[in-house]
Amino acid sequence: MTVTEEPATTPGYKWVGTRPIRPDGLEKVTGKARFGADLVLPGMLEAAVLRSPHAHARIVSIDTTAAEAMPGVKAIVTGADFPDLAEQGARPDAVMASHNVMARDKVLYEGHVVAAVAATTRKEAKLAAEAIEVSYEILDHLLNVDDAMADGAVLLHPDLKTRGMDPAPEEPSNIASRINHERGDLDKGFADADVVVERTFTTKPVHQGYIEPHASVADAGQDGRAHLWCSSQGHFSMRTQTASVLGWEPSKLKVTAAEIGGGFGGKTVIYLEPLAVQLSVKSGRPVRVVMDRDEVFRASGPASGTKMTVKMGITNDGQMTAADIWMAYEAGAFPGSPVGAAGMTAIAIYDIPNFFIEGFDVVVNKPKVAAYRAPGAPMIAFAVESVVDELAQGIGMDPVEVRLKNAVVEGTEASYGPKFPKIGFVETLDAIKSHEHYGAPLGPNQGRGVASGFWFNAGMNSSATVHVNEDGTMTVVVGSPDIGGSRASMGLMAAEEMGIDVANIQSIVADTETVGFNDVTGGSRVTLATGAAVVECCQMIKDDLKARAAKTWDCEADEVEWVDGQAQHTKGSETPLTLEALAQKSGRTGGPISATASLNARGVGAAFSTQLCDVEVDPETGVVTILRFTTAQDAGTAIHPSYVEGQMQGGVVQGIGWALNEEYIHNDDGTLANPSFLDYRIPVASDLPMIDTVVVEVPNPGHPYGVRGVGEVGIVPPLGAVANAIAAATGCRMEDLPMSPPRLLDALNQAAEAG
Amino acid sequence: MARTHVACNLNGDDVEFLCDQDGTLLNALRDDVGLTGVKEGCGTGDCGACSVLMNDRVTCSCLVFAPEVDGATVVTVEGLADAGELHPLQQCFLEGAALQCGVCTPGFLVSAKALLDKNPNPTETEVRYALAGNLCRCTGYDKIIRSVLEAASRMNAAE
Repeated sequence: MTVTEEPATTPGYKWVGTRPIRPDGLEKVTGKARFGADLVLPGMLEAAVLRSPHAHARIVSIDTTAAEAMPGVKAIVTGADFPDLAEQGARPDAVMASHNVMARDKVLYEGHVVAAVAATTRKEAKLAAEAIEVSYEILDHLLNVDDAMADGAVLLHPDLKTRGMDPAPEEPSNIASRINHERGDLDKGFADADVVVERTFTTKPVHQGYIEPHASVADAGQDGRAHLWCSSQGHFSMRTQTASVLGWEPSKLKVTAAEIGGGFGGKTVIYLEPLAVQLSVKSGRPVRVVMDRDEVFRASGPASGTKMTVKMGITNDGQMTAADIWMAYEAGAFPGSPVGAAGMTAIAIYDIPNFFIEGFDVVVNKPKVAAYRAPGAPMIAFAVESVVDELAQGIGMDPVEVRLKNAVVEGTEASYGPKFPKIGFVETLDAIKSHEHYGAPLGPNQGRGVASGFWFNAGMNSSATVHVNEDGTMTVVVGSPDIGGSRASMGLMAAEEMGIDVANIQSIVADTETVGFNDVTGGSRVTLATGAAVVECCQMIKDDLKARAAKTWDCEADEVEWVDGQAQHTKGSETPLTLEALAQKSGRTGGPISATASLNARGVGAAFSTQLCDVEVDPETGVVTILRFTTAQDAGTAIHPSYVEGQMQGGVVQGIGWALNEEYIHNDDGTLANPSFLDYRIPVASDLPMIDTVVVEVPNPGHPYGVRGVGEVGIVPPLGAVANAIAAATGCRMEDLPMSPPRLLDALNQAAEAG
Repeated sequence: MARTHVACNLNGDDVEFLCDQDGTLLNALRDDVGLTGVKEGCGTGDCGACSVLMNDRVTCSCLVFAPEVDGATVVTVEGLADAGELHPLQQCFLEGAALQCGVCTPGFLVSAKALLDKNPNPTETEVRYALAGNLCRCTGYDKIIRSVLEAASRMNAAE
């Protein structure tokens, strides 16, 4: 089943667009909500993980004898306790994923798991983990793409050969893959240009920075099955991935989604889950394993560090003629950076006739990167939007005007292939251009920057079940973890569809055995895809209710309409039957009223955002203050506007952190120098102004309520918007993120010396 | 090691518990008392998710040894609401969508209560600085700040 092709996206909804209190809100303001680390089971053990102190080393030996004899210790697992998936013929990416969870012959980054211990207390588990004796042969390590791509570099994976090359390379390297998009004639494009700008940019790895560390509780039985509770963006995916590492059938695992304390893409992959299960199997007891914050930084997915060269040309009348882009994205220790998405999004907002985009996925001795909100897009958008800003300056044109002249619209062939359906990029530009902020006065040392961004959004697999309760209320059951208000938006769409008060709908997230399969909460897909499944359930229930009313009235089903939450007889004078009345007589009209829908959602609507940032730069210190920030984003339709605004604001502030302060700082020995929130500085309340939002609504024709998905695109423009504002304030074009005080002060001093 | 006996007033009740002598108040509240509304985000006093009021002062419970609260009064998020009614901060957080994932929310509510107890009519800047020790990664703080200001306004109107 798929989303209908031509749904009714009529305005004038009764519930869609309202702002009810979210169903899970009360538990979260009273401290009752159960997050990953909050579950306690009878007899539960606590676990600790031993991690590599080295960035790259061969494991010579592991001796757990002393640790096993320590007080309270019930089980220890090492690589020897996990199956060799390569021997079983698994795909290379599955083998690598299993090696990321537990090192085998080599450790590839500081923090790579070497062993895990379950004991009666966390303290005992930690002491025992420290007592495990590991002998390492230290190898050379690589911390950036230049070193990793150099001839003669030490190899992380001796069998890794670059995919996407023609001819295929015979020798292994640290380059896992190459991507490429091209169109037109690059030389002609640059020859047609009046102004050409070329710059090379770098960005450092940044962490998603969710406040809740990863946590997992497993309870394995003697029957070869286990129950796993974890905080993740997709408990079905946790089941699949964990089963793969363990060599189990997925159905042997039941996974219950805990409340999730932030993910932003970083909780789509497993870390602790197989350790918890295997420790539970070995000990015969439930086991809880929780990361400390430094483990989160050292061993869970940051976003890629990057190096990018962008060359673009423009005519004096503002037509972009050519773009030549080279990118290398750090994958971390195993292949799989989002350079593919970076290549597809790089110039996706512009209609440029000639371009060549080339990208490389490069392994280095850092934790394997994980998705982070519009994965891959913010870095290349920083580079491209910085160059576009300079092009606009070069031809003396307003930066919003330049974007309007080259903006993709419905029917434009996207740089990554397909023709755009109805999209709202121009509308976001118009919203910024006409905003009072755009012309507001600025003071000394202040500057204003604009930048735009694109994200695909996703559809993928979703299931939902909707029950009508005997009192006429409804329960919406989904399998998509609620990371920022999706239960509220599910309830609103169901209320709209059924014509009943949203207060009479309870939305819950069910475990892997209670609801059909769902892909992860990611790709900004839940309101679109899971929402479509909920709407489809409601439509089935309405059909059922109409048939039951027809049976009651002894008339044809097509004589019954569902209006404002009740069945009405169009040709007679029967008293309308409310949902409550129909629910109460369900036993006499065919039994309980319930529907289930599963779909692979099509009709995905792309998201665009344009943002405006004012900064003030302190010339004495290089400190940047964000004075004012306005973001305009096409939501399609804002189902719950408060949570749409919240996604927009949250994405912007993460982007501001990425632009100004956040970075992984490595010591020369390859260890992480700043694995704490003290030294890895995310924005705090006193750093920021209010983030003004303009919710643009160009309904997505592919969704029953016009939803596009709002979670990700907001983080794409801020890096460029802040950089452009700093350039406007200081004249310094910053090529390296973060634009932290020492780095900006250096640039200001160099500019002053250069006169 | 023998466990240490602690007696304190917790959320209005006199309570006693046994804890590790070198254990944190955070771990004692979560593991020994069973109040899991107090969250560990960092364990190093940098994120504020474990904030409690200790003798009316905002305190990171991860930075206090549990035996230090012997004889003290401690308030956690679980102690903010009355039986029939939420604290205005809790109500305003709900209405103002001041939470997304919700894991930082207990700490923000406790810190915001401490602010409003001392300063019933704070400016936006005062709210931002009072909450600068609490990290939120989801909201960008906008709706949190607005909700605290709204709660202050409602509490003042009610007096």
